[in-house]
Amino acid sequence: MRIFDPHIHMSSRTTDDYERMYEAGVRAVVEPAFWLGQPRTSPDTFADYFDSLLGWEPYRASQFGIRHHCTIALNPKEANDPRCRGVLDLLPRYLAKDGVVAVGEVGYDSMTPEEDEVFAAQLALAIEADLPAMVHTPHRDKATGTRRSLDVVRESGLASERVLIDHLNELTVAMVKEAGCWMGFSVYPDTKMDEDRMVTILKEYGTERVLVNSAADWGRSDPLKTRKVGEAMLKAGFTAEDVDTVLWDNPVAFYGQSGRLDLAEADPAEFYAGNTIKRGG
Amino acid sequence: MTSTTDPVRTLEAALDGTLDERGRRWLEQAIGRVAERGQAVLEVFPAAGRSCGRGPLPGMPGWTVDQAARARLLLALPQEGAPLGELLFDVYRYGDAAERIAVLKALAVLDGADPAEGGADLAEGGRAPGGRLGGHGLPIVRDALRTNDTRLIEAAVGPYAAGHLADDEFRQAVLKCVFVGVPLSAVAGLDRRADRELARMLADYARERTVAGRDVPQDVWPVVERHPEVMQDRGRQDVHRPERIG
Repeated sequence: MRIFDPHIHMSSRTTDDYERMYEAGVRAVVEPAFWLGQPRTSPDTFADYFDSLLGWEPYRASQFGIRHHCTIALNPKEANDPRCRGVLDLLPRYLAKDGVVAVGEVGYDSMTPEEDEVFAAQLALAIEADLPAMVHTPHRDKATGTRRSLDVVRESGLASERVLIDHLNELTVAMVKEAGCWMGFSVYPDTKMDEDRMVTILKEYGTERVLVNSAADWGRSDPLKTRKVGEAMLKAGFTAEDVDTVLWDNPVAFYGQSGRLDLAEADPAEFYAGNTIKRGG
Repeated sequence: MTSTTDPVRTLEAALDGTLDERGRRWLEQAIGRVAERGQAVLEVFPAAGRSCGRGPLPGMPGWTVDQAARARLLLALPQEGAPLGELLFDVYRYGDAAERIAVLKALAVLDGADPAEGGADLAEGGRAPGGRLGGHGLPIVRDALRTNDTRLIEAAVGPYAAGHLADDEFRQAVLKCVFVGVPLSAVAGLDRRADRELARMLADYARERTVAGRDVPQDVWPVVERHPEVMQDRGRQDVHRPERIG
């Protein structure tokens, strides 16, 4: 089973996770820029974070045979802090980088006027940089937030097939499918989706334009959830081709629209003696 | 010792033989923009890989096409000296890994070294005519040497570092290479700059590894053996280069 995890925050995971992911069949990931638990207070710390998503993290991933790309954006929660607004000025510079395959995560957290403004501004940047966009839907008041996100996308002029709406569930999938956007599902141990509910949705809505991710980060989450969904699909009677469509072809097709997806085989570099990563002296 | 050829001509000859029509046109326009307004380099630099390709560059061992294209763009900058160093640092600071490596490799070229000769003249202590960077690229080298990315560290210990780093910095750079597994064959000018103090540091490192029951990288020995007296000092007599097998 080859797996492309289209949404995982590897910066918060250990090298053990990279090893287990490789064993499970994960060969490519996209790490969207998001918040880090502790709120940031200046654009400089965002620049360092973006540098990490373009430098250290792909380098670390490559040592475990996994290709790493990222999406770059000012996330909706921190869009509410005026001290972080300067991040928008940094974005054009970062959106030009080879490793960036979309603008994201953009969207809503609390649906404030500040979030409206930053969301729309970043969809405009996506058009300018000729990149797709990856939209986070809010945990609170999800259906309203998803509907409103689709409205903002429509008004932006960004083609719906260049937009991925993520963290969907049974109540939000239909409107996104109807709008013609890609449908993302985060499979979590407790919250969001689980494997069996995911399989039920795939039975009802089909595999077209559906992406499954672990969204693993620093919270309770599981970087092997993609694999578990693949197994649940097979058990429920889906074919190996169906699994490959959802876990590989669809993310490749969506992020491939950037023209920057590079899936050349990543060779695990030789490990530095006795250490799992070349961390230096 | 001076450079006998022009780095711009060397890069252009190598790139000419490799770029397709689209890449050639992109590079020509990008050079024009950079020559006219140095800050434009910030806009064109990230796209060099997508526009020109990333494969190995025939005729220039160790260089890729995007690295050479990026070096060519930096050579088009109108700035010199400190302002050039500041602009280069900005390009490097906001660069992804590939861009940072390209800036590091270009430092020697901007200092007048001929990339086709691997910057040997600079590494050996010569000063090439036409160099317009001087020591103003050193903050970039120092930043790269603080990272833990072996690709950056390897690019940092090129001829520019050999020509400009102070003795203590150069020794730390060599030690860092040994620690992270960058082969010492990648360190430009090592023969000229390997002094007794570096031999002492590497001998101590070898001892530390031996005491811990770990392997000692083979490439430290040629440096240590150039100063055999460091092995005679108290505490190091128990460290020996293992016999070669075969």
